[in-house]
Amino acid sequence: MKELAERALNAAQLQGASYADVRIVHQKTQSILVKNGRVEALSHDQNQGFGIRVVVNGAWGFASSSMLNADEAARVTTHAAQIARASSMVKTGEVSLGPPEVHVARYQTPVQIDPFSVPIEDKIALLLAADQGMRRAKGIAVTESKMESIHETRVFASTEGSYIEQVLVESGAGIEATAVDENEVQTRSFPNSFGRQQGKAGYEFIRDLELVENSQRIAEEAVALLSAPLCPSCVTTLVLDPTQLALQVHESCGHPVELDRVFGEEASFAGTSFLTRDKLGSFRYGSHVVNIYADATIPGALGTFGYDDEGVPAQRSPIVRNGLFVGYLTSRETAALLEQRSNGTMRADGWNRIPLIRMTNINLEPGTWEFEDLIADTDDGIYMALNKSWSIDDKRLNFQFGTQLAYEIKKGKLGRMLKNATYTGITPQFWASCDAICNEKHWHIWGLPNCGKGQPVQAAHVAHGAAPARFRNVRVGIV
Amino acid sequence: MLGPDRMKQIARRVLAHSTAEQTEVLMLSEDTKLTRFANSRIHQNVAERNVEVRVRAVSRKKVGVASINDLSDAALQRVVENALEIALLQPENPDFHSLPEPRRVAEVDAFVQATADCTAQQRAQAVSTICKLSAKNGLIASGAFATSTSEVAVSNSLGIFAYAPATLSDLTTVIMSNDSSGYAGMTSSDVREIDPAQVARQAVNKALHSRNPQPIEPGEYTVILEEYAVAELLSYLAFLGFSALAVQEGRSFMANKFGQHITGENISIWDDGLDKTGLPVAFDFEGVPKQRVDLITDGVAKTVVYDSYAANKEGKQSTGHALPAPNPYGPLPGNLFMKPGQHSKEQMLASVERGLWVTRFHYVNPVHPLKTILTGMTRDGTFLIEKGQLKRAAKNLRFTQNILEALSAVQMISEDTKLTRGFYGGVRVPALLISRFTFSGATEF
Repeated sequence: MKELAERALNAAQLQGASYADVRIVHQKTQSILVKNGRVEALSHDQNQGFGIRVVVNGAWGFASSSMLNADEAARVTTHAAQIARASSMVKTGEVSLGPPEVHVARYQTPVQIDPFSVPIEDKIALLLAADQGMRRAKGIAVTESKMESIHETRVFASTEGSYIEQVLVESGAGIEATAVDENEVQTRSFPNSFGRQQGKAGYEFIRDLELVENSQRIAEEAVALLSAPLCPSCVTTLVLDPTQLALQVHESCGHPVELDRVFGEEASFAGTSFLTRDKLGSFRYGSHVVNIYADATIPGALGTFGYDDEGVPAQRSPIVRNGLFVGYLTSRETAALLEQRSNGTMRADGWNRIPLIRMTNINLEPGTWEFEDLIADTDDGIYMALNKSWSIDDKRLNFQFGTQLAYEIKKGKLGRMLKNATYTGITPQFWASCDAICNEKHWHIWGLPNCGKGQPVQAAHVAHGAAPARFRNVRVGIV
Repeated sequence: MLGPDRMKQIARRVLAHSTAEQTEVLMLSEDTKLTRFANSRIHQNVAERNVEVRVRAVSRKKVGVASINDLSDAALQRVVENALEIALLQPENPDFHSLPEPRRVAEVDAFVQATADCTAQQRAQAVSTICKLSAKNGLIASGAFATSTSEVAVSNSLGIFAYAPATLSDLTTVIMSNDSSGYAGMTSSDVREIDPAQVARQAVNKALHSRNPQPIEPGEYTVILEEYAVAELLSYLAFLGFSALAVQEGRSFMANKFGQHITGENISIWDDGLDKTGLPVAFDFEGVPKQRVDLITDGVAKTVVYDSYAANKEGKQSTGHALPAPNPYGPLPGNLFMKPGQHSKEQMLASVERGLWVTRFHYVNPVHPLKTILTGMTRDGTFLIEKGQLKRAAKNLRFTQNILEALSAVQMISEDTKLTRGFYGGVRVPALLISRFTFSGATEF
């Protein structure tokens, strides 16, 4: 790998590159899907390749190939340089990356049980047992149990002298039960929506999920939802569970603090951000109890790594402190524009994609409340859990979410189950209405393996820690 | 490009390595380039070359899939062995019958040499055209120009070999001022049909006209949806309900509705992989020839699309709409069309007493799949219509709307249609004038 990297970087310098980096990636993924008691899909995918990013004439070029040999490295690098020269035909300034980042290092995801060492038969048996548990509930139409294991090696080398080797391992699993009648389709997932809960961890992560133990319960909830009353349409107090809150943080905080969005670099696709540069350090994002931070160093969390794809070390940085907006997610190029150093969030979805600013683990700090006390303290409201639908405008202000499950809160107690619950709001108004967050006992990190961004679209694996929280005067039951 | 002979040779090597009862080889070769611009400069400019070999091995109703992007003989042998090994480790799936048998595949010419030859310099020139017109009007340009060549080859041990090269060019732009934006785009397999100057003019005009937007009270409005917005809604409709698997599982809005009116009589929707005015493709990822499938005809739910797995469950033939294995999501239509009407967009606008003009939607998602209730935002050109004219720019709104009900309230349909990229494949649709469309919220810009 080192030889190929050196060949590519040398070729880049010969092509007049003022900067170049190369990433060589090998990835293997094992996916298993059990559906309705049968193994519906079982696949083992391997891919490899390299991508080289160059700055020539003050502009960016990138090319990539699945063929890992020295001649291809030279050809692809020449192509990247040609592309950079074309980029320089339409430029408004020179690319500046700020101070050099030079690191020679190795990093490996801490793993107790290598997920690829576990026999496939054992994995299938676990999923079939969970499937069987769900099918014990009368009236269930579709059951699905999924598992995914990923092993990835990444080599990063740059003309500044970095050489970083990383081994990243992921494990994830989840179950889903769907009940259907003439007018309704109701789905319940466990432990999270989006197919699975996933972490940067070994098979121990899956073993600890307790899929079988929860299978019948969630299936019965799906059936019960068919005949549950509709979520009322009103303005009320809303309590969100950590899984839904994770997505709320993701959409209304994680994306708008990506500094490339703020600078308009995603304007034509995902959009821009309401958190413009003038707001940094002065804008009241939420109430005083709201503290949000990025941390790519949390063991086991899906957004954890050693170094980002610009070779910057993983780190923790504040985003919202006591309700005040104080920090962005940055790259070397965007941080330099703020006269800062990158906080290490540039990640690429494989060898064939350029790194973009991506969320790492973006977390809402725990508060002080016990969950029982929070409900007891709520006279009238709705508790919502597990995401079902999501949408937000292209500056990340107006959002609307739907959840799989909801319960009314009456006189300090959880009451009837409600179906088709939705809520909507404007981001800073919503977070300003947050008056209570539960303590660390109720705080958990939820992996999100499907964060889309960029053209061509890239999927990032990120995570969000949260504990249940309460929001006042929220519009629910949108019809 | 690898070409048909090389791909056939690779397929033969893979099949020769296999000891499975049935084996399928799917090869996907990609040579993709994309030039992205923002703040009126090219900030991302990328190229990718990749070949994936995906093997499906079958042994007694047990199916395993493995893939690799290394074409060495050792790697090809390993991928076949992997596929069979994981097939043998699992219980039988009684719903699986067989890989498909060979059927005649029609010739479809979807490859344009000019697109395959398009250089980074040519794409940069197109971007420059957009940025210059934008700057001339005091606006900022962003967007993406992609040109790509792909080859798909499918071969199986029952005798299928199908090969098709295709090209795609897609230019989109968002032009912005400090309080407005405008969108335009063009899609074609032939890059010579992409007119950057026209795309720039459309988006610039929209950005200029959408300045100083005023808030609009959410509620029910008559709307004119441009083709971009209609294509987005149709793509979601297809995803939610035009799959045989979704019907079999009871989660499709088409389930139990065949033969019944589900939209207005002026609505017809079909899928046709052979229509050259779309992004044509002759066969699916199992090598089964594409059939034209009439999904909704004159408002009546007719049928849905099938892959071989869903078709075998009902004793039917696949319509050629399989995705790459393993595919638990079921078949999907990838070449969607909506029947045009007889009016110009100017006539449609002139007929509206009060309503909203929507250029396109953003971040659409299902709220209630069975009822086809979607939510999403407007963006890049939303206008208030009064007395048949665009009165002023409107701040963006959130819609929450039952789409079949909207398609039951279509008053006028444009005579022209536009091709855009769908979730995968192409979508060609007209603009629609809809008498009732619900906006449930508003945003601040």
